[in-house]
Formats: sequence, C-alpha cells, structure tokens
Amino acid sequence: MFSHSKIEQNVILMLVLILITVSIGGLVEIVPLYTVESTIERVEGVRPYTPLELRGRDIYIREGCYLCHSQQVRPFRDEVERYGHYSLAAESMYDHPFQWGSKRTGPDLARVGGKYSNEWHAAHMADPRSVVPESIMPAYGFMLDRPLEAADIAERLETNRAVGVPYSDEMIENAAADLEAQADPEADTDDLLARYPKAAVGDFDGNPALLSEMDAMVAYMQILGRMVDFTDVKPEDLRQ
Amino acid sequence: METLQAIAEALRPFWGLWLMGLFLAIVAWALWPKRKAEMEQHARIPLRDDDGEM
Amino acid sequence: MTDQASASSSAYNEGVIRLLVIATMFWGVAAFLVGVLIALQLAYPVLNLDLEWFSFGRVRPLHTSGAIFGFGGNALIATSFYVVQRTGRTTLFGGETLAGFVFVGYQLFLVMAGVGYLLGITQGREYAEPEWYVDLWLTLVWVVYLLVFLGTVMKRKEPHIYVANWFFLSFIVTVAMLHIVNGLSLPVSWTGTKSYSLFSGVQDALTQWWYGHNAVGFFLTAGFLGIMYYFIPKQAERPVYSYRLSIIHFWSIIFLYIWAGPHHLFYTSLPDWAQTLGMTFSVMLWMPSWGGMINGIMTLSGAWDKLRTDPVLRFLVVSVAFYGMSTFEGPLMSVKPVNALSHWTDWTVGHSHSGALGWVAFVSFGAVYFLVPKLWRRARLYSERLVSVHFWIATIGIVLYITAMWVSGILQGLMWRAYDSLGFLQYAFIETVEAMHPFYVIRALGGVLFLIGSLVMVYNLIRTARGDVREEAGAPAVAPGMNPAE
Repeated sequence: MFSHSKIEQNVILMLVLILITVSIGGLVEIVPLYTVESTIERVEGVRPYTPLELRGRDIYIREGCYLCHSQQVRPFRDEVERYGHYSLAAESMYDHPFQWGSKRTGPDLARVGGKYSNEWHAAHMADPRSVVPESIMPAYGFMLDRPLEAADIAERLETNRAVGVPYSDEMIENAAADLEAQADPEADTDDLLARYPKAAVGDFDGNPALLSEMDAMVAYMQILGRMVDFTDVKPEDLRQ
Repeated sequence: METLQAIAEALRPFWGLWLMGLFLAIVAWALWPKRKAEMEQHARIPLRDDDGEM
Repeated sequence: MTDQASASSSAYNEGVIRLLVIATMFWGVAAFLVGVLIALQLAYPVLNLDLEWFSFGRVRPLHTSGAIFGFGGNALIATSFYVVQRTGRTTLFGGETLAGFVFVGYQLFLVMAGVGYLLGITQGREYAEPEWYVDLWLTLVWVVYLLVFLGTVMKRKEPHIYVANWFFLSFIVTVAMLHIVNGLSLPVSWTGTKSYSLFSGVQDALTQWWYGHNAVGFFLTAGFLGIMYYFIPKQAERPVYSYRLSIIHFWSIIFLYIWAGPHHLFYTSLPDWAQTLGMTFSVMLWMPSWGGMINGIMTLSGAWDKLRTDPVLRFLVVSVAFYGMSTFEGPLMSVKPVNALSHWTDWTVGHSHSGALGWVAFVSFGAVYFLVPKLWRRARLYSERLVSVHFWIATIGIVLYITAMWVSGILQGLMWRAYDSLGFLQYAFIETVEAMHPFYVIRALGGVLFLIGSLVMVYNLIRTARGDVREEAGAPAVAPGMNPAE
C-alpha cells in the first residue's frame, strides 16, 4: 500500500480547491469594476437608446456585425485621427451587451454617427459595393423591404430597465409612439427629442411609407458616438 | 455584492504573497524526495488499465 | 474480468463513447467546411449570396461553435469518459443511461444553438452566442456531465486519481462557472428568444473576456491537457516524463489562466489597473504552459524513433509542439506595445488557429486514431499510411493558414498607423481591406487542405470500424487470434 495525500484521493476536496483557485482571479478583477466609482468617467450626455435605435441595435446584434466591426477607439494618434475621440467607459454603460468587438475586418463604428448621410448608409447596407467597390461586407438588401417588428417594444424597454438602463415610466409609455415618430418626417418630434436628446429624426431608408428594419439600423448608426459633447469635457472628468 | 466586495478587499493586499506561498508549497510538495517512488507508480496508472484488469 | 468477456466486448461503458467519437468527427468536418466557406466569403463577398441566413455574420458563430463546442466538446466528453473509466478501473456512474443523456442532450444543445445563429438568434457575445433557453439547457446537460464524471471518480478502484482526471475535472467545473455567470441575462418574454445581458459596458466587457479567455484556458487547454496526459503515455507506451511536474503544471496553470482575460481589452476603456493585472498574468502563463509542453514531449525521451514509425504519435507530439508555439505567441501578444499592433487584426485570428488547428485538433485527431481501433475492437487502423497522409496535408494547411494571417495581420496593423510625409494618415481604411485579399485566398487554401485531411481521416476510420486492413509495407503483422485490445 502507498500512502496518499488527501487531495489526490478525495475528489470533492479537489473540486473545492479547484473552485477556490479559479475564483480568486475573477473576484479580484471583476468586482472592483462595480465598486470603484471612477470606473465610469463623469461625463454628461449618455442616455438610453430611443426605441428605434434600440431595435436597430438588436438587428446589429442579430446580424453579427460585431464580428467584423469594433466599437472602441483606442487612445492612439492614428485611431483618434481616423475615428475621433478615444472611447469612454461611460459611452457604453447602457449597452446590454457591450459591442466593443474583437476584430476590425471593417472600420470601427464607435463614432460613425453623423459622418455619413442616411442615404449613404441605406445604400451601403443594401449593396455595399455600389458605394465602396472594394468592400467585402455582405449585402443587407432585405432590410429595406422588411417591416420593423416592434409589437413588444415596450417590453424590450422594460427588460432593459430591469437590467439597469434608466428608462423612465414616460419613456416606456411612449415607446411605440416614439418608435413611429422618429422615422416619420411628418411627425412632431419635440417630445421625442426632449426625452432623447440628439436623436436623429426623419426618414432613414428613403421610403417614408414603410417603417423598415433599415430605418432602425440607420437610426442606430447615426447616434453612435454622438451622445457625449467632448467640447465640454475636462481632463479630470476622464480619470478612471 | 457587499460580501463579494468584502472578500475582494480582504484578499487584495495578500494576493501576491498568497500566490507565491501557494506555488512554493505545491512545488515543495511535488518535489519532496519521499514522494518520488510513489509518484512514479502514479505515472504508470494509464499503462496498467487494459481490459483484463478492472 | 474473464478472458471471454474481454475478447468480445469490454466491461467498460464504451457504446456511448463510440457515439461521441462519431459526433466528434461529424462536427469536426462540418466546422472545417463552414470555416472554409466563411474564409472564402471574406475573399469573395459574392459568396454571401445575398441571403440573410448565409451571410458571414450569421455563419461565423456556426463555425466557431461547431469547432469549439461541436468538435472540441465531443472530443473532450468522449475522452474524459474513456480516461476516467480506465484510470479508475470502473464503469461510468449512472451507466450508459446517464452518459447517453449527456450525449443526446449535448447534440441537442449544438443543434439548437446552430439553427438559432442562422435564424439570427444570438446574444451577441463572442463564443457565448447561444440565447438564454439554449444556455439553460446546456447548464442542465453540463451538471449531469459533472455528475457522471464525479460519480465515476468516486467509485473508482484505483486509490490515486490520475492527473489527466484533474485536468478534466477543472475543465468541467470551471466551464460551468464561466458559462453560468457570463450567460446571466433577462429574456424579454418567456415565450420569446430575445434576452438582454445583465451586464453592460465595461463590466460586461471584462465579464465576457473573463469567459472568453478561460473558454480557451479551460475548455481548449485544460481539457485537452487531460487528453495529452493520458494518450501520449498510452501511444508511446511509457509513463509521462515527470509526474511531479504534472502536479505543479496543473495547479499553476489553473490559477494563472483565470486572470488573463483583460489582455483582450488593452487600451480600451477598461481601467489601467485591470489591464496591468491581465498583462502580468498573461506573461507569467508562459512558464506553466511550457512546463506542460516539456512534460508532454519529453515523455518520448529514449523513444524518439517512434515518431518516425508511428504517425498517430506524431499527431500527438506535434500537437504539443504547436501548443508550445501558441503559448509563446500568446504571452508575446499580451505585451501591451505588441498588442497595440496586433489587436483587431488577423494576427489574432492566426494565433487562435495555431492553437485550434495545431493543438486542439491535432491532439484530438491523435486521441481518435487511438480510440477507434480500441472501441471497435480492431487489431489496428485500416491504414497508417493514410494517417501519415492526413498529417502532412493538415500540417501544410496550418502553415499556410498561420503564415498568411501573420503577414496580413502585421501588414494591416502597420498600414492603419502609417503616415505620409505631410503628416496625414497614409491609407484609407478600405485600402487596408483591399491589401488583405491575397492573404484571405491563401488562408482559405490552407483551410481546404485541413478539410481534405479530415476527410482522409474519416475514410480511414470508417474502413477501420468495418474491420478492413490495408496491406502496407512495414506495417506490423497481425497475429491471428491475438487479443485485439492488447
């Protein structure tokens, strides 16, 4: 008979030791991100997505855009010149889930909002090579014809509120109306813009008769990176 | 969440030491000369596992 | 055990392992095929066919999940069930029934996840794409898997728990922890597929890469090290180089790996202290990784000639060499200034494939080549020469793949940061995309070779299972009446 130590004979003890060993790293790294307040920079302007932008974001996730496009500008000279101010943690604090990405097969989109016209986006997504001949992006022409499914838009906002996005009762009550109004060039959008400052409004897909998936996608593109006004930001606000 | 925070904060000053100590303990345990023969036997477990020997 | 039983069928539970081995090869070939497809889509975008369910963004998770969870997962479940029985000299806890549930449940998970991706049902979390209902199902299957494994270890007849099982256990337990935490989300409705993650922004980023990096660390590393620690000694017919080193290897690798997630988030909005921790631990990981590599390769010391004569052993040992290469490249890419260049580029893709193809797939191929004759009670493989053909085709495929990705990754990284003499950015983004084209073609070619190799393997395995033996010069003669399991 050999003499054996307890660990190698007792599988439950080994299980507990493994669990302790693999928990330490996660606890020490992740928990402080919730408890250290300076993790999120103190900047103004970041708001929940409008119902239309949120639906656009859902489609962005559905199509796997994050597999080729990042949403995270690093603080390097070339990236700041190419894309704009480096990304802040605050800017994605209402993103469930985050979409920073891991690959730039296509360009970063963190600050694409306002850089191109609605017409360009709609044409580009429907047929990328019609506007950028060298592009290798798949075409998403079906988005132009497909009506945006939004019967559960209030539930979607409520679910976001339940996981921490500060949607107000008013926002949830008006979710369906706000969704329609944002893409309707005839609509009165004052209330919408009061609730969601800087939202792009109007017809996005070139077809005012249909509220399409393309309307939602372009509305989402047009808000990316525009919520924070960097002319108001002081360096000490950005310290993490 | 508060408990987690407390655990994390309690561990923070010690993690370097804890890591070092744990590592040295494992190395010492594994390399202890007394255990050499025993471990050579353990290493042979896969070679003794054919059907007839269950 | 009586002689009569061991000659016809094993006392161990092997029916379910046979099914798992078939599933491993099925998902392997499927994942390689889909990989070739999406590689070609990047080279020739017309291949997206303007069909929404056929576009790169929906098909890519099918490739990654198919390779990691389909091919890798089935290989791990199959080998862990085999190894835990053999090294414990006992049958599976719960027998074929419980293990059969793990088999069926796991395939169901894969099909539900894959069909979902094509329909656009995804959480949008890389390598954790399945939606909440698929996640819940996998959790149930995984708990039963853990139960079967633990129960089998507990009823073993061998006093010592062999080290391969330590690695398998840490893989099962840690993956459960990662999967449950990272998958926490709230469905919009209990009858719908869509959910929103409990986490957001920077916290979500670290949670996701804590998961993502340790999916590599525990799914694709610890589990497959379990395979290495059993199958290399078996195939080489000699004990592992140093059992003491394997113990140090085990505890240091599981402790260090879990910290390295932040290296996926260098220079992002993640606070610097977390990035520094991630870099420190990523660089330290080099040591235990190479300790394990040395342990695997040196097992052959004194028997190097077997590499020349035994192509199955060649797969196993070369996989460990690729493991050594990837685990050197990983810490290198985790040094922040290197990462500044490599991040977002194809270099990362090449790195993950030198690990996935060179390490994970090769060590699995070696294990499956070992298992099929044993499980189907055949004296030997149909053809060792075909194993050798597979080895060389696949190796050339990997070399084409990773060199193309090194060149394209570094080239693109340099083009992004290039300035002209007037101080303007030299290249528009689209010019850097255009420059990638030749390398995407070469990469796809590498993938095609790897796929062809796997088809050669499937052919060889089917002939083996049918009991055919190819006459080959130099092949060991099979004595009539010899117990095939010996």
